[in-house]
This record gives sequence, structure tokens and C-alpha cells, in this order.
Amino acid sequence: MDPARKRRVRLVVALTAALFLAGGLVYTSFSAGSPAKTPSQLLAGSTPGSSYKLTGKVVDGSIRHDGSALLFRVRDRDGTASVPVSYTGSVPDPFRDGREVIVTVSKGSGDTFTGEKDSLITKCPSKFQADDGSGSTSSMN
Amino acid sequence: MVDVLAPLAIFALMLAIVYVVTGPLRRGAMTQAQAREESDRQNLEAARDAKYREIRDAELDRETGKLSDADWRVLDRELRGEAVDILRRLDDLHGR
Amino acid sequence: MAIIGRAALIIALVVCAYGIFASVYGALKGRRDFVESARRAVYALALTTTVAFAVLEIAFLRSDFSFSVVASHSSTTTPWHYKAAAMWSSQEGSLLLWVWLLSIWSSLVIFLTRHRLRDVVPWATAVLLGYGAFFTGLLVFWVHPFTTLAQAPADGQGLNPLLRHPAMMIHPPMLYSGYTLFAIPFAFAIGALIAKRVDAEWIRSTRRFALAAWLLLGCGILLGARWSYTELGWGGYWAWDAVENASLMPWLTGTAFIHSIMIQEKRGMLKVWNVSLVLATGILCVLGTFLVRSGILDSIHAFGASTLGVPFVTLIAGMSIGSIALVVWRRGLLRSEHKLDSFLSREAIFLLNNLVLVALCFVIFWLTFLPLITEIFGDQRAVGPPVFSRYTVPLALVLVLLSGIGPLIAWRRATPRNLRKTFAMPVLFGVVAFVALLFVPNVPQKPLALAMFVLGAFVIGTIAQEVWRGAVARHAMTGEVYPLAVVSLVRRNRRRYGGYFVHLGIVILFVGVAASTAFQHAEDVRLQVGQTATVNGYQVKYERSTATYRSDPRGTGALLTLGAVLDVSKHGKHVATLYPARGYFPSDDASQGLFTQLINGDPTSEVALKTGPTRDFWTAVSPDFSKLQPMVDAIDKAIPPNVSQAGLIRGLQAGLTALQARYEQSPPPAMFRLISSPLVMWIWIGALISIGGGLIALWPAPDAARRRATAAIRARVAQDLGRA
Repeated sequence: MDPARKRRVRLVVALTAALFLAGGLVYTSFSAGSPAKTPSQLLAGSTPGSSYKLTGKVVDGSIRHDGSALLFRVRDRDGTASVPVSYTGSVPDPFRDGREVIVTVSKGSGDTFTGEKDSLITKCPSKFQADDGSGSTSSMN
Repeated sequence: MVDVLAPLAIFALMLAIVYVVTGPLRRGAMTQAQAREESDRQNLEAARDAKYREIRDAELDRETGKLSDADWRVLDRELRGEAVDILRRLDDLHGR
Repeated sequence: MAIIGRAALIIALVVCAYGIFASVYGALKGRRDFVESARRAVYALALTTTVAFAVLEIAFLRSDFSFSVVASHSSTTTPWHYKAAAMWSSQEGSLLLWVWLLSIWSSLVIFLTRHRLRDVVPWATAVLLGYGAFFTGLLVFWVHPFTTLAQAPADGQGLNPLLRHPAMMIHPPMLYSGYTLFAIPFAFAIGALIAKRVDAEWIRSTRRFALAAWLLLGCGILLGARWSYTELGWGGYWAWDAVENASLMPWLTGTAFIHSIMIQEKRGMLKVWNVSLVLATGILCVLGTFLVRSGILDSIHAFGASTLGVPFVTLIAGMSIGSIALVVWRRGLLRSEHKLDSFLSREAIFLLNNLVLVALCFVIFWLTFLPLITEIFGDQRAVGPPVFSRYTVPLALVLVLLSGIGPLIAWRRATPRNLRKTFAMPVLFGVVAFVALLFVPNVPQKPLALAMFVLGAFVIGTIAQEVWRGAVARHAMTGEVYPLAVVSLVRRNRRRYGGYFVHLGIVILFVGVAASTAFQHAEDVRLQVGQTATVNGYQVKYERSTATYRSDPRGTGALLTLGAVLDVSKHGKHVATLYPARGYFPSDDASQGLFTQLINGDPTSEVALKTGPTRDFWTAVSPDFSKLQPMVDAIDKAIPPNVSQAGLIRGLQAGLTALQARYEQSPPPAMFRLISSPLVMWIWIGALISIGGGLIALWPAPDAARRRATAAIRARVAQDLGRA
């Protein structure tokens, strides 16, 4: 085989390997992720034992401490359906009533969802919005 | 006072910019004729410097034990040959 | 004053538009006067953006609340250095900062290339001014930094307390410097492709700018990590957050480029690859700038859906399509001149290193955008940090291994026989480290961390050997004493040894990351005064509570600070006394009671940290404010509805005093987060070493030294020239 052909073969082999690895990544990442759900979606149906990424807003007045666990409710961004969460781990500074949160939860026994340790993320309040007071998402002034 | 100062400042800024930016245009057209050759020369000089650096790197490789003396002599000769090529092309350019 | 700023931006936009036209016209028609005029337009852009920047910055420093941006992001109680930084905490200010930095770097590069690259510069100028037009266009038509309020409020809403930290002041400018500086190689790559000049001169200029951009971007990323660790209440420095990833990706492709460009310089190979890397890095930088303000990905930084989505996506799409089209159009120009001489060469190792870096970038890109991609095709799925680690750690290990092998292999063709001698000592280092670590408790149970430590030892051995052998050779040649030999060795081979120090720093950083991740002990406990918690053998006693108002010891301007005094000891020996606290700031919610408004804004954690070479002890406190709420409500009610200004101040003051007394005397139990992690300090030390190495590699050698260095070579080559 002349050198040019050898090089082309090598290139094809390398590209195939790369595609194969990329495909492997894509395939396994789908199962590694947890589906993102809003509280109403979670209430509609959830499998005990699987973990979900719950996104929504903290219900006003729902934050309580129970020993070292943090109890709060998460509601739909634009709605009232809410689920109770029991969480242990680090609590981000911006966490409070009405803030948007993302927390990985799994359905335990009973109605309360157990939050995975240290998985609570609170979105910083809109820094890049021109109009802070109303809290709306329009950003032109 | 600020009310008058602000538009004045803006006007001054615009004037200054227009003056500076149109400077070359007012001086008249210059040709691009020698530009290509100048670029060629600069390119060859950069290639020559890079080749010198390669030669020094090969020396350092030998000094730090990565190249045997025999291998280094072969490589050094190769690199010097490549450097000579570049220098010849530079000379041709100057000669023109 | 605002009108000056607004006018400056409009002038800037016009100047950009003119410059693009003049540059392209001058390039197509061969008219140097138009090209020269366009170059001056770049300087004019720098001038106008500086004026706009100065106007806004002065407004912030003077607390001029007639500017609506100042009113919403600063206040009279914000300390002055944070007032200055508050400018770029706003959307408008940050865009202005971006375009100002772009204009400064563009002016610098236009000045430095005034006598060179005459074919390429006109097109590069057009691209840079295109960027300028985009951003000034945004600032003129979409997002307005200079809107004024008819009635200036008495006080502003204040800077987000989370940002009141020295690292946060400098993190955006650093990061943006990196992003905008990468625009230069991008522009020059486009220019070189159009002008058909992808050659040695292009490499020379691009390499310098890419290295500087890489350095600044790296600093920006590290400052962000440091801020996260010392300021946020979770005690970590990297969360694989979408925005963190967005800044890491161009850094990875930039690293790949810095290595692979050397292959093109020496062998004329990988031209398509290199050009693609530079273009991709530029696009990823704009993507990073966009992600932090887009809200399209769930992230701690996601600042709400902004309407800048459409222009940015258009820009990114345009840059991507244009880049691909250009590379395909000029593919004839980008054919390799040579092939790889041998797989046993530094070129081959660099190639592998490139593949790993690009693979890393792809993995991070895919996992970051997975939620978006899955949402388009069905149910949204998201991955957390453990999944990122699963894919990135093995790749990082391979990268470290390669950085140890690379320096031991010669350029072009290594001598196989010498390999055994060259690899002996570094491999021995690794083996010794491996055996030694097997006896350290807990280490063998974490194979990935152990692997990182062993490879780290291997790399350190490699670099030590390289320095040693080089110094010995210099000593043999010149008789210099060894310390001096090392110095002159590094000075005469800046690229190589600067690079070695960067590798050293990165490896130390990785070792620190591995240790502090794998062997961390964290506890979240609820303590009453007098109680003790145990973390990894440390006894932490909650001695007493502290409360201060208005005189925040950390200088953040917090109105009320509630904290704790913690006594940390191990085996009975006192280790440290730590003072974690929580700062409370005014809120902007007018519906709340007057006293509540004073302290119900977002609190910040004042982290108390005991750092040391072997481990860090990190603490944060979260007082249970809900137990104090009845007292706060009572104070609210005690303030009469139509009270005078003086009466209001008296009432609020009394409330603060009462709250302080209550918290000091009978505090409710508080939540504490206590973390003991080993070797964290080495992350920052490694980072500093890397930065030092980068500066060494970047530093130009003085002309005289350069001439001396090449004199001997010129002489030998001249002999060949004469002989032939």
C-alpha cells in the first residue's frame, strides 16, 4: 500500500473511531441524565426510585427546618400545583420564598420527595434585567 | 452650563474623528503595488526565524539527551538545508 | 452627561460602519489610503467607546442616580470600589465593557501590525469593526446604558451583595479580556483565509495573541472559581454550571491551538485543523458571552430570558456558517506540506494532546447543551456534576500523562535508544509515589485520585529532569553556577520552559482538585451555642454568637451581620478560631414592612476559612432567621404609618439595636456547613505557577539577546550557503 493510501486509511479509521466514541457519549448521556419536570408534571406521574430534576419556584412561607433537613414546597412557575421536598445539603445564599430553584429529587414513601444531597441550585435573581421591581422577564426599558 | 458644554463636546469629538479618519484619504491615493512583495519578504523572514528556532530546539534536544549525536547530526543537516532554501528565496526577493 | 455617552455610542456605530466599508473597498481595489483610513477608524472606535465607558463609570462613582442603570445597580451605601465594579454587573454596562475591551485590543493589534501583514490586516480590520458594529448596535438600538430617569431617586437599589468580593470586581474584566482578545486571532484567521496568506507570518502574529488571550481567559476562569469557593455558601469552586462550561470550552480549544500551531510552524501540517481551531475558539467566546445573559440553559447565572437572544444567535450562526464556507473555499491553500515523520516525535504527542482537548471540549459542549437538545426532541433531560466528572476525569488523566511524555521526546524524530534513559527517572518518580501512596489511609480506595497523584509525580519528575539536564548542559558550555544556569536556560528557551512551567502548574492544580474532591468531608449540622460537631476528626465548638450592624468588618456594606465564633480543634489541640457570618442587605420590595425592607434583601455568606498546605477548613453559617421573624414583625408594627424622616430613622435604629442584642444574648440554633478538604491551597498555587509560565512563554526576548542567540546558527548556515 503506498503511503498516500495508508494515510487515507489511517484518517478514515481515526474519524470512524471518533464518531463511534461521540456516539457512545451521546447514547450514554441520555440515560445518565434525569428528566426535568415541573411540579405539575411530577404530580401527574412519577416512578418511585427514579430521580428527576425538579424546576419551579419556592412557595411563599413553605420553608421550614426539621432537624438538619430543609422542608419546602416547589410550585409551577406560572401556577399553583406544588410538591413538598425534604432536602439535606448545601443551601445556596439566594434561596428564599419565590425564588426559582432546580433540585434533583426522587420519590420516597409518602407524598414528600427527597432532595438529593447538595443538588439544590437557586437562580440568582435577575441581574441582567433592567426592571428589577416587577420581577417580570421583559428586559427592555 | 452643562447643557451647552455637552453638545459642544460631542461636536468637537465628531470633528476630531472625521479629521483623523479622513486624513489618509485627503493625502491622496497610494498604490498597493509593493505590498505583496513586502508581505512575501516578511513571511520569509518569519519562516527563517522559525527555522533558526527549530535548529536551536534540536540542539537543546541533543543536550537534554533526547537525541543521539548521530541522529542530531542528520537532523541538523536537514534543518540547515531547509534554512538555506529560505535564505535563497529571500535573496531572490532582494535581488529582484 | 448622559447625552455625551449616547452620542459617543452612535458615533462609534457610524465609525464602525464606515471602517468596514473603507477596509473592504481598500482591500478589493488596492487602495492603501482607504485601508489606512479604516485603521484610523479602529482608533476612533477606541476613543468613542472610552468616552462612553468613562461617562458611565463616572456616573457610577458619583452615584448619579439620574442614570437608570446606576439607580438599579448601585447605592450610596455601596463601598466605592464596588461602585466601580457595579457598572459591569448590569447588562448594559457589561456589553459596554466588552466592546471597550475589544476596541482597546483591536487598536493595539492594528498598531503592532502597522508595517506587517498588509494583505491580511484590511480584512481583519473589517471583521473586528464588524464585531464593534454588532455590539455598539446592540447598545444603540436594543439595550440602552444611558437612559435617564425623569426623577432621580434618592438612593439606588444597590449592588447584588453576592458580587461584593474583590474577585468579582476583576472576574468579568478578566474573562471579557480573554473573550475579546480571542477575537483578534479569529479576525486574522478570516483575513488570512481571504487574502490567501495562511503562512509563517500569520502564525507568528496569531500565536502571540492567542497565548495572551488564553492567559487572560484562564485568569478569568480561575478568579471565578476562587470567588465561588470563598464567597458562596456551598464551599465548592466548580459546579459544571452552564456558564462555567461556556468559558472553559474556548480555553480548551485555545490550549489545543497553542500546541498544534507549533506543528504547522515546523512542518507546515494541520493547516485546516489550526484554522478551524482558531475560528471555533472565536465562535465559542461569543457563545460564552451570550450564554451568561440568555437564560436558555438552567444555570445559577441564568438571568432571565433576555431579548438579546435573536441578535446573538444570528451572530453566532453567521460566524459559524461563514467560517465553514471560508475554510471549504480555501481548502487548496490549506494542504499539508509534509507528513508526520515518525510516531515517536513530539509532533505526534501534540497531535494526541489536541485530540484529547477537543474531545474534552466536545464532551462538555454536549453535556451542557443536553437539556436544550433533549427539550427540542422530547422530554428535557439534564445531567449533574457527577456525570460530567465521569467523562472528563479519564480524559484529564490522559492529558496529564501526555504532558509528562511530551517533553521527553524530541521534535521530528526521537532516538528510540535514548528513550529508556530519558524515561527512567520520571517513571521512577511515578512508581515511588504509587508505592508510597498505597500506605496512606483512604488513598487506595480512590483509584482515580491515586492515578492523578501518580501521573502528577511522573510529570513533576519529567520537568525536574528537563530543567536539570538543561542546566547541566549550560554549565558545561559556559561554566555558570547551576542556579544561574537554570535562569539563563529559561531565558534563552522561553517557549519551551515557559510551557514546562505551565504544565507544572496545571498538574499541581489537578492534584489539588483530585485530592480536595475525592477526600473531602462535609457536614451540615444544626448547632446551639455551646454544642460541638465533629468533621473528619476536627472538633468544632459553637462558642458564641455575634451580631453587628452598619459596621460590617468585611467591608461589603451589609446593614446587619449575624455570625458565630467557632473554635476548631483536633486531638485536643487548638487549630483555629473561625468567624463565619451572614450579611443582610436591604430589599427592594416596597410591600414589606419598613424594618423588614431594611434587612430582607438577599443575604450573603461570609465564609470563614482556615487554609494551609495540607488542608483547608471551610465554614459557613446560616442563622435561623425564621425564629427572629416575630421580633422583626413587632418592630415593623412599632413604626407609626405617617412617621417623620427623623422618627423613621430613630425607629429603624432602635430596631437594629434590639435585634443585635437579641441575637447576641439568646440566639436561635443556626445551620453550619463545615468542610475539611485536603490540598485546596495547591489549586491556587498551581494556577499562579501556570500564569507565571504563560508570561515567560509570552515575554519577547530583547532584540540583542535574540541576535546573539541566532548569530551562531546564522554563521553555520552561512557556511552552507557559501559552500553550495
